[in-house]
Amino acid sequence: MPQTRAPGSTEDPAMTAAFEARIAAGESIEPKDWMPERYRRQLVRMMSQHAHSEVVGMLPEANWITRAPSLRRKVGLLAKVQDEAGHGLYIYCGAETLGVDRAELVQQLLDGRAKYSSIFNYPTLSWADIGVIGWLVDGAAIVNQTVLAKASYGPYARAMIRICKEENFHKRQGYEIVSTLAAGTPAQKAMVQDAVNRWWWPSLMMFGPSDTESPNSAELLRWKVKRKSNDELRQRFVNLTVPQAIAVALTLPDPALRHDEATDAWISGPIDWDEFHEVVRGNGPCNRERLQARRAAHDEGTWVREAASAYAARQRAKQATAAA
Amino acid sequence: MTAPSVVPAPPEAPNALFELLQRLGDDRLVLGHRLSEWCGHGPILEEDIALANIALDLIGEATMLLRLAGQVEGQGRDEDALAYLREAVDFRNCRMVELPNGDFGFTIARQFLFDVYSVVLLDALTHSAHEELAAIAAKALKEARYHVRHSGDWMLKLGDGTEESHRRVQRALDELWRFTPELFATDDIDHAMRQANIAPDLGVLHEQWEALVRDVIDRATLTLPHDVPSAPGVRGGRQGFHTEHLGHLLAEMQIVARSHPGAKW
Repeated sequence: MPQTRAPGSTEDPAMTAAFEARIAAGESIEPKDWMPERYRRQLVRMMSQHAHSEVVGMLPEANWITRAPSLRRKVGLLAKVQDEAGHGLYIYCGAETLGVDRAELVQQLLDGRAKYSSIFNYPTLSWADIGVIGWLVDGAAIVNQTVLAKASYGPYARAMIRICKEENFHKRQGYEIVSTLAAGTPAQKAMVQDAVNRWWWPSLMMFGPSDTESPNSAELLRWKVKRKSNDELRQRFVNLTVPQAIAVALTLPDPALRHDEATDAWISGPIDWDEFHEVVRGNGPCNRERLQARRAAHDEGTWVREAASAYAARQRAKQATAAA
Repeated sequence: MTAPSVVPAPPEAPNALFELLQRLGDDRLVLGHRLSEWCGHGPILEEDIALANIALDLIGEATMLLRLAGQVEGQGRDEDALAYLREAVDFRNCRMVELPNGDFGFTIARQFLFDVYSVVLLDALTHSAHEELAAIAAKALKEARYHVRHSGDWMLKLGDGTEESHRRVQRALDELWRFTPELFATDDIDHAMRQANIAPDLGVLHEQWEALVRDVIDRATLTLPHDVPSAPGVRGGRQGFHTEHLGHLLAEMQIVARSHPGAKW
């Protein structure tokens, strides 16, 4: 359990220096190690946001489980959403190593105090969205998480290694759906192009604002919680994804998109950050629906959780009586 | 996929094995579909995972059973054609599995009653004279044993949990009980399959089932409803006589597949 300090107290500069030196030497920080309070808080923030994103991210995709057009697709999608629940659970457990309680983190989400990835505030409108989310959203998440797998905090890094393996599978599954639709009937082609048009820009926004605008970036980079800037990661994603779109004859909704011969990079046009900030502020198309769904599940599950606790308490009491 | 069956069935005796495989497959397809509706909305994250797991098993079993059904029928229908292009009256699942999920207590009580049924039935089917069916049953039995541990465990927690959970799960049990005779009602299909040593005597299974159910119900401090209506002659889901809920479930399940005839996914 990390040490806690009275408000206003300052940390021992020698300990802070030793911590910074460990980070600089590329050492992994473990739960029992001393860490600056700021570091701990940043990690709780990042890990809980990440866990919330996995859990809220189940909703837009779960929206299509009951309508998946073949048994194979139904199983594939259900398994993917189940994986996301598993990721959420795993990262919540990782965050608990920093001395916070999962129930408290969940409460922050339900109260609207905690953030989650804005991409999940967009609606899933056709079956093609399921393919495109796997391809673009999971693809962007992998670019982010591959770097987070080298983060300085051990439990987070290890969670990312495990999660990335599954996300890679999700991305392949998504791209396979996309390429099947792109090679399908005219209606299927139109459906998948429409989904790409709707998801492309929000996917680019997943990396967050440019680092000059990103309030947490500098500190997180110095502490090696982040290892690459938002813009670098976004560029990596664009470079990976544009050739994949070309391969299945889909267009991306960016008239300014061009290939730079000198750097062999795909340069995208300007991102509408006003839209991003609006969605973060709670004014995206589905912010309310997502939180309402989480609150309803939580509220309707109260009696179930209470029953489980009461039963467990009774069993413990019985065992204690039997042992006495 | 082929066109939906809108033509009246021929008057001669239906292919009994095809009927049996649809009954087994449709139970699991429809219940798996219902369970999948919980995904993202469970009372606790661990249950989202557990219910999705069980749904995945059931839909996987349904896929194997309906694939075999299509082969037995010999009309070129595969598992997707059977799942997505049949009408409600062509489905052969029992009615219990198509009921809406209700609250978590209703979902668990239904699951428990079905899981016990599944264990005793699949156990018997592992001795089926039909080798492929016996092999599917052996695989599914392992899964069903895990399922019944999960649902039985929750019956104990809810039955012997709080006053509210007890009341809710007892109400679910009372509501579901009238759908249980259908699980063991026999018709010409069952007689034919028993004669051929392909399927067991459902009457014998009924006793096994009730003993296992009663054991958990007692330990959960719940009461087994006793006003069981008699089953003989009652038409139910096995004959395509469903509740009104199945049509809505299928409308949702089949909408994309049916909107794009001939498309590949």
